[in-house]
Amino acid sequence: MLILECPYCGVKAEETELTPGYEAHLKRFGPGASDEEFEAYMFARKNPKGVHFERWRHVYGCGKWFLAARDTNTLEVFGTYPAQSSAPPAALQDKIKAKRPDWKGYK
Amino acid sequence: MSDAVNARIVSPLGQAAFDGFAKVREVGPLGMISLRAKADVPGLAEAIMAVVGTPVPAVRQIETAGERAAGWMSPDEYLLIMPYGETDAALVKIAAALKGQHHLAVTLSDARAVFRIEGARADQVLAKLSPVDFATMGATELRRTRAAQVAAAFWRDGDGFMLVCFRSVAGYVMGLLSHSAAPGSELD
Amino acid sequence: MSTRLSKGGRLIDRSASQEFSFNGKKLRGLKGDSLAAALLANDQMLLGRSFKYHRPRGIVAAGPEEPNAIVGLGRDGRFEPNQRVTTTELFDGLEAASQNHWPSLEFDVGVINNSLARFLPGGFYYKTFMWPRAAWKHLFEPIIRRSAGLGKAPTARDADRYEHTYSFCDVLILGGGIAGLQAALVAGASGARVMLLEQAAHWGGRAPVDGDVIEGAPADVWINNAVQTLAALENVTMKLRTMGAGVYDHGYVLAEEKVADTTPGDGRPKKRLWRIRAKQIVTATGAIERPLSFAGNDIPGVMLAGSVREYVVNYAVSPGDRTVVVTNNDDAYRTAIALVQAGLSVPCIIDARSTVTGDLPAKARAMGIRVEAGKAIAKVKGGKRVTGVSLCAQAGQGAVLEEISCDAVAMSGGWSPVVHLWSHCGGKLIWDKTHAHFRPDAARPPTGADGLAMVVPVGNANGMMTAADALVCGAKGGAAAAQAAGFSAEAKAAVADAAPEADMEAVWIMPQGAGDALKAKMWLDYQNDVKVSDVQLAAREGYTSVEHTKRYTTLGMATDQGKLSNINGLAVLADALHEEIPQVGTTTFRPPYAPVTLGALAGESRGDIFQPLRKTPMHAWHEKNHAYFEPVGLWRRPYTFPRPGENHEQAVHREVINTRTNLGLLDASTLGKIVVKGPDAGRFLDMLYTGVMSTLPVGKCRYGLMCNEQGFLSDDGVVARIDEDTWLCHTTSGGADRIHAWMEDWLQCEWWDWQVYTANVTEQLAQVAVVGPNARKVLEKLGGMDVSKETLPFMQWADGTLGGFPARVYRISFSGELSYEVAVPASMGLAFWEALHAAGAEFGAMPYGTEALHIMRAEKGFIMIGDETDGTIIPQDLNLGWAISKKKADYLGKRGQERNYLASPDRWKLAGFETLDGSVIQDGAYIPSAGKNANGQGNTQGRVTSTYHSPTLKKGIAMGLIKGGLDRIGDVVEFTTITGGTVKAKVVDPVFYDKDGEKNNV
Repeated sequence: MLILECPYCGVKAEETELTPGYEAHLKRFGPGASDEEFEAYMFARKNPKGVHFERWRHVYGCGKWFLAARDTNTLEVFGTYPAQSSAPPAALQDKIKAKRPDWKGYK
Repeated sequence: MSDAVNARIVSPLGQAAFDGFAKVREVGPLGMISLRAKADVPGLAEAIMAVVGTPVPAVRQIETAGERAAGWMSPDEYLLIMPYGETDAALVKIAAALKGQHHLAVTLSDARAVFRIEGARADQVLAKLSPVDFATMGATELRRTRAAQVAAAFWRDGDGFMLVCFRSVAGYVMGLLSHSAAPGSELD
Repeated sequence: MSTRLSKGGRLIDRSASQEFSFNGKKLRGLKGDSLAAALLANDQMLLGRSFKYHRPRGIVAAGPEEPNAIVGLGRDGRFEPNQRVTTTELFDGLEAASQNHWPSLEFDVGVINNSLARFLPGGFYYKTFMWPRAAWKHLFEPIIRRSAGLGKAPTARDADRYEHTYSFCDVLILGGGIAGLQAALVAGASGARVMLLEQAAHWGGRAPVDGDVIEGAPADVWINNAVQTLAALENVTMKLRTMGAGVYDHGYVLAEEKVADTTPGDGRPKKRLWRIRAKQIVTATGAIERPLSFAGNDIPGVMLAGSVREYVVNYAVSPGDRTVVVTNNDDAYRTAIALVQAGLSVPCIIDARSTVTGDLPAKARAMGIRVEAGKAIAKVKGGKRVTGVSLCAQAGQGAVLEEISCDAVAMSGGWSPVVHLWSHCGGKLIWDKTHAHFRPDAARPPTGADGLAMVVPVGNANGMMTAADALVCGAKGGAAAAQAAGFSAEAKAAVADAAPEADMEAVWIMPQGAGDALKAKMWLDYQNDVKVSDVQLAAREGYTSVEHTKRYTTLGMATDQGKLSNINGLAVLADALHEEIPQVGTTTFRPPYAPVTLGALAGESRGDIFQPLRKTPMHAWHEKNHAYFEPVGLWRRPYTFPRPGENHEQAVHREVINTRTNLGLLDASTLGKIVVKGPDAGRFLDMLYTGVMSTLPVGKCRYGLMCNEQGFLSDDGVVARIDEDTWLCHTTSGGADRIHAWMEDWLQCEWWDWQVYTANVTEQLAQVAVVGPNARKVLEKLGGMDVSKETLPFMQWADGTLGGFPARVYRISFSGELSYEVAVPASMGLAFWEALHAAGAEFGAMPYGTEALHIMRAEKGFIMIGDETDGTIIPQDLNLGWAISKKKADYLGKRGQERNYLASPDRWKLAGFETLDGSVIQDGAYIPSAGKNANGQGNTQGRVTSTYHSPTLKKGIAMGLIKGGLDRIGDVVEFTTITGGTVKAKVVDPVFYDKDGEKNNV
């Protein structure tokens, strides 16, 4: 059972205090989007063995959504950061790159 | 409100109590306002000071002034605690202090049930229900978490804790606290 | 026979006799006994029957690895099946009963399976699945079902209570033997928060049994000092009788504490589940001795050598008067020595090794014990009890050299570290050739949230098999764990006298060249009856993976999970496959380490607090007034309020008629209420709802639909504009938390620059629907505000007071009647509800429940989320196009609804249905159409979504989805019935009642 530190309130929350929100950094496609774009937004989800970015909500705590970078295989957590981020913080990306040289980036 | 109506205000469990290795008492109703505003909104400090007489609480802290308190609930939410009958006047004061600023203040006194868990081993009652490390929980920390299957918030209060949960599950939480405080089930 | 010795026994109190019963027979034991020790002291060796062949089974071990001696404990509400006597502490009044036999333990009919053994080979279960089909159903399954299963499931409600508790520490040490104690001393001295758990009722593990000498004194002295030192440290918590059951991600550990096992009914929890978070975990879980595979190794009286020693030293119980020791290592000589020192006879030590030269053998020889090197047991003799062994050469095929009479056999095939907890979360193993066992590979540990090692194995559990090595390893491990948790620690170890041991020699079958007849009597898994021959057969039949062989033969799948059998089994498999043991590998170690009581896992979640039941402020009134409740999410809502003599249907019909003719009162407090406020609130709600909410005038209400991004209808409700930048959104009863979370998700994660705040005020307010022709009259009687048609017309709201209660009154209707929904503070909800009933009595006020609500909305053709919708329905399917803005560029779900298959005219759409005979269409009924689909199933053209008997119209009414929708009005279609027939129904307008809305327009 994971522990993720909420970047808002600092609680090292265990998984039972959180609710998962699946893949992070999705771009919403609305009216005017092509079928392909909409399909990709709605249904095509990454499922990597390795570095992954996810949405989590501190639902039994401060109620805020945050994002987490972790390794889906080893469960190592590289970091958490606010949901109001269009991309992972640069320092976090550097840290992941250092630990996982083969990592291709978050996109 | 007429006195006749005021007399009909009831706490969710009618002041239920249980004596185990710690004492569990339903208290309240307490006056509670949820104030949503960002920490840097002009007038926030004045609003909180005017209503409960405390500074703006820091992250995960609760500031207490007598029977009033202000707790940090999230980066843009504060819990203001006061005597039950004062919330209407407090909303007026908040509106005045935060006039023109984006905020939301609503009374939630009746949406909640409040418990006091008293005694030297009060923390053990909560340790059975919540994934919280009481050894590292601060003296003025307001911890939002879950108690078994429902949301709860608690903080240290004298020789015990205050715990707040939703009104609809007051009976469930009373059952949890009583079960956990059962005589003989001390953890040490 | 097995008996109590007159002297010795380090754990027993001879002055405290305790009475217990086995199969109804009264027996006496001593305080400090395990149930196993007490049974042996009473010469009760036969304790059960094996799973498949119902062969007699006796005690083999002394710890949680015991596969045989499992019994039912207690009775009625305290009955527990499948309890190991070796881990059960004796107490006065304990009741135990053997299981898996019929009619009796001594005479068991199922033993006939034993003589049919050659027809029940490995893979028997699988083979019966395969051929022939009828034989499985009529022949094998009934037989297997009758003979399978060990203990019986309890039938009475569990009389005990259980609980969970959360705990946090820097260093968690699992196992309180000398390695664990040493690790705790080192970690404790560092200042780290240490938790030390021991599954048994005493500290120190096997060291005192083995006669180890630490710091120049018997191990007990050092153990007592260590325990006292640790107890004095405030940063150290120690728990006996607490078993580490599983190690999980990020340092999460579950442990089961036996709190009141020996004091049933004293009010304390029987068991407590510890949910521990540790920065570092030290596994000091010891090692388990392996049996040797010789013919007849399952006959009662054949035991593990270390366990025999444990019974003698700890409990002064001798398993036999004459015990033959059979071994492939030096350690078993300790057993022979202990037996002789206790005054018992050891006719022979049979050692498979061809040369035996170590110190321990020398000591045994010096004591006059006969040692036979290079020898083996060809066969154990006896039925329900060992009577002797046949000696043979290990190198041969089993030609008998000599018969030795004995009543017990102490066997040792070497020791396997308990690597379970190391392995649970991904720790890898290496094969140690010297000891012929798997041990933790320090280079491949389980890792935690930081990507670094989180488990440190020490002592026997790390393959350090002598006391001296175990202490050094314990100190190093304790220091490493404390350091990894951020403390500085010094790995100072106590010194144990190192008695040198000669190398063991791997022996997987005995004798080495045993033929088929012998191998068919060499048991690997005692409980599940898996023999050497079964594993070899599996290999021949192509089961080359150890995981497949396990499942095919059921090796290691019994309640002991292969603690004794796995290594021997995979060694036999490796041999049959001509591979090395490490290449074959082990099966996966999964939690729990040993069985954990289900009650402990459930914890407090039983009875009244099994699940949080949400109750409205009026709940107690409903109970008092005999409401029949139904679950709505976690809420309990009155379905109906039956009166004496009424069934539920009659009560519901009365409630509908009364509401339509007089006055009905509904507790609508569960309805979701979310305040949305801010400069961007209107824009936000326009994105959330399919309609336009930003233009709603202050004081007015509007019905709205919410869809998910796929376009499917998710929730509905009435929105009220409170002031310039505040709206109140009503959601369905089950949807309040979900919709509030949905709002917060979009505000926090997508439109975080929009200025909008939300607050879920659902529980702040009690809400009552006041419904019916007399609704206005009762509110006017309460008085305090103008609720006239002119001042408060349909779809408006107003604040005021009613009967002195502060109230917000919404003029909205879900029934078609004149209707007000009145919200008051929850703390006054009950008082207001009672005031309405008192004031409404003269107007015919009656409470009504959710079923009457459902019928009335169906009579009006109003949809219900969850009835008309199922996650695949778009608003357009329900003719709700009018609630969708055509002008808005975007709303959640708009793009989804534009997908071509959702825009297809072929989609089933909502219509009303009336049966030709007035009957009620059955729930779930379909409308078949001609032909069959590609799968040969009948085609359908629609289905029912809501169907009721309308008490108002006195006939069956229904809503449903049908291809063509309202264009089909006038058609007669057929609905299926559950008995395979059909019922004819006419397609009609779904508004069955008061089509022009006259009832509400007053």
